[in-house]
Amino acid sequence: MSEFLHMGGYAFYVWTSYGLAFVLMLVLFVSPMIEKKRLIAGIARKLRRERREK
Amino acid sequence: MNIFMRFYHRLASPRHFYQIAGQWIPWLGAISLILLAWGLYEGLLVAPTDYQQGESYRIIFIHVPAAWMSMFIYLIMAIAGAINLVWRMKMAEVVLVSSAPIGAVFAFLALVTGSLWGKPMWGTWWVWDARLTSELFLLFLYLGIIALHGAIEDKRTAGRAVSILALVGVINLPIIHFSVEWWNTLHQGSTVSVMGGSKMDSRMLRPLLIMSFAFKFYYGMILFMRARNEVLDRERNTSWVRQIAEGKAS
Amino acid sequence: MTPIRKKRLMLVGLMVGAVGIAAALALTAFNDNLMYFYSPAEISAGEAPSGHPIRVGGLVVEHSVNRQDDGLTVAFDLTDNNKTIKVNYTGILPDLFREGQGIVALGSLNDKNVFVASEVLAKHDENYMPPEVADALKTAHNDGIAQQAARSLAQ
Repeated sequence: MSEFLHMGGYAFYVWTSYGLAFVLMLVLFVSPMIEKKRLIAGIARKLRRERREK
Repeated sequence: MNIFMRFYHRLASPRHFYQIAGQWIPWLGAISLILLAWGLYEGLLVAPTDYQQGESYRIIFIHVPAAWMSMFIYLIMAIAGAINLVWRMKMAEVVLVSSAPIGAVFAFLALVTGSLWGKPMWGTWWVWDARLTSELFLLFLYLGIIALHGAIEDKRTAGRAVSILALVGVINLPIIHFSVEWWNTLHQGSTVSVMGGSKMDSRMLRPLLIMSFAFKFYYGMILFMRARNEVLDRERNTSWVRQIAEGKAS
Repeated sequence: MTPIRKKRLMLVGLMVGAVGIAAALALTAFNDNLMYFYSPAEISAGEAPSGHPIRVGGLVVEHSVNRQDDGLTVAFDLTDNNKTIKVNYTGILPDLFREGQGIVALGSLNDKNVFVASEVLAKHDENYMPPEVADALKTAHNDGIAQQAARSLAQ
């Protein structure tokens, strides 16, 4: 196991690459979910305001 | 009308696109996740050590699929740009705009993992050879498209402007691909080719291809998620979007 | 297709074509600047610019590597299988540096026609395989050479 993590001495380079890929792909996945919540909340807020003004 | 044309017209309508994409997202995500797990297992545990580069070559399973994606997504954007310019199709514009940040992330990932690979193997983080420079230019093209789209208020004008930029920049794709053949570069030549044999052991090639398919499905999922948001934003004054907002909010 | 769409399609085609031609012309004009390194043959033919440091790329000749006692200074021959030049370098070598390996060195020729390098980078090839396969290939290659030699001797 520790030999696997050691990556023949290249652990820093290999695991930084995989880690960065993981983080970036996670950010790319989560950000549109947050954006969708924000969008729908914004549209709903506008609808409520319109109804109050009527 | 045949089935294909009907499907095409349904996807071209923002409302139907929103529904169909919503149904596809979980499947694309599941397939991508399975392929990622399989590719990582094969790449990190099954694939043998390289005779020359030892274990450091395992960066290839991120680096090469990311670099392919950065070019593949740009090609999709250029095609969407051409469709938008000729047929004025709204959904092509949505695909173009939604793809740009994904492509930028993959170009960035390809550059950084390449750098992390270059340091131990070549002895340097960066060189200004034709391959590295043209890939950096691709990242700047992505950033330029994102910035240009953000800078123009009117959505239709912005869409047309980024379509032209995406189309003009497509010239960079063959330059990236052939840079290692046309000029002397520090970067090595192509390992995997569609025609003729690949210069790689099959146990190494398999995870590389699996990872590249995993990235393709991942791109499909993120593209649909982003495109759905873009559609919601553009159609915010239509009754169907209002219904969605009411259902979720009240 | 309606005439207006046909016209737009033609304009799009023209635009891509024009940019393509412009790019091809620009890249041809700057061809020399896009070359990352020169080969030893080009340098001995005087095709490389003088006056500023240049890069030379080639293979490290087998049994030519000479390390000095300080452990940092190294002298070796570099070849493109056509011409060979001598290289001197003081500094840290990349992990992949070894005899037979492709490298790229930055520096300039001194008056004794020795290339004095300030930076040495390794250039690896596009082949990936496990060590046992590499050994098998090498053995097969050596066998092939031995057979060829035997055949030419027999003739």
